[in-house]
Amino acid sequence: MWQWFHKLGSPKWFFGIATRFMPWLLAGGILLLAAGLIWGLAFAPEDHRQGNSYRIIFIHVPSAFLAQSIYISMAVAAVVTLVWRMKLADVFVKAIAPVGLIFTFLSLFTGAVWGKPTWGTWWVWDARLTSMLILLFLYGGVIALDRAINDEKSAARAVAVLVLVGVVNIPIIKYSVDWWNTLHQPATFKLTEKPTMPMEMWLPLLLSVLGLYLLFGWLTCIRMKTEILIREQRTRWVRELVMAGGK
Amino acid sequence: MHPIRKKRLTIVLFLVAGLAIAVGLTTYALRQNINLFYDPSQIAAGDAPMDVRIRAGGMVEEGSVVRDPDSLKVEFRVTDFSASVPMEYVGILPDLFAEGQGVVAMGRMDANGRFIADQVLAKHDEQYMPPEVAEALERASKGQHKAADAEKAAESAAY
Repeated sequence: MWQWFHKLGSPKWFFGIATRFMPWLLAGGILLLAAGLIWGLAFAPEDHRQGNSYRIIFIHVPSAFLAQSIYISMAVAAVVTLVWRMKLADVFVKAIAPVGLIFTFLSLFTGAVWGKPTWGTWWVWDARLTSMLILLFLYGGVIALDRAINDEKSAARAVAVLVLVGVVNIPIIKYSVDWWNTLHQPATFKLTEKPTMPMEMWLPLLLSVLGLYLLFGWLTCIRMKTEILIREQRTRWVRELVMAGGK
Repeated sequence: MHPIRKKRLTIVLFLVAGLAIAVGLTTYALRQNINLFYDPSQIAAGDAPMDVRIRAGGMVEEGSVVRDPDSLKVEFRVTDFSASVPMEYVGILPDLFAEGQGVVAMGRMDANGRFIADQVLAKHDEQYMPPEVAEALERASKGQHKAADAEKAAESAAY
């Protein structure tokens, strides 16, 4: 197991693996997301109270899932950076922080667009919305801190500490709707319990969530590969790779 | 594991645990401020401050909505099934406002214990279902069937 762990830490090894997985991630992601969105937006039944406006859930929930999952995976990588000083973990954090920022923004934006017709307001300072906004600022802070420090190693450590500090926010986001009175509804799409929506709404939602995860995996591979090439540009294997025309 | 790594891991774990405790205590101390709104029972028990803008939330009581025929004024009662508060609002209500549904209203309590709202937001729950299922559920509960029937319908609706 440890050998595998150390292998994973090798940028060269990861580069090869990522190249092999990427087409599958892309194809699977597009397929699932397209199926989920077309099914959800065009064929799933209307909601008895919200009518068609509930359909934004098929974008809102997957984005919110990703926004939080990305942060959790960044926190795991931050522990690896701090304890094992593994370069690849830092590459990972750096590569996916902007992606997390975009998904957080997307879930806030779709939430606002959804809130106007259903609640009657774009924004309300309830616990769920506010903690999600804090997540957006955390992503922004991680990106800014990383850019602000020139030295690669000190930047990696500072970013890792910030990511770990912010991870406290994740359970707050998740349980805000249960712990406090909020305008935001409690979770509909649950993995551990029975969902509170019928199968013909739940399945397209599941497909969209899975599809977006795969697309995120694809995006992560591209962004990490780019970052690895920049960092390892002086090594022999990168030079050989470039000489061989990227093959 | 290498002793230095073990030490680093311990420091990291302490950092996260310490932070979690600090944030946990803070949010616990501020729990009332984090709540978006007061329940009707909190208002009835006098927990909500007078003459300050507060939010009150709960279910609109069935059969309590009275619309003024000449203006946009609406009166209704908001309940959490143990206490209820009369509310007054002048303005356009959100589409999802209905009897038996959740609302969150912003406003203040007047001297007579009425809540004068200046903003009413609709709160919807996590239940999504097609209109036909909702109608079937309604019929089942209105048709004097046992509650078990409605539950069975909800169960088949969820899957």
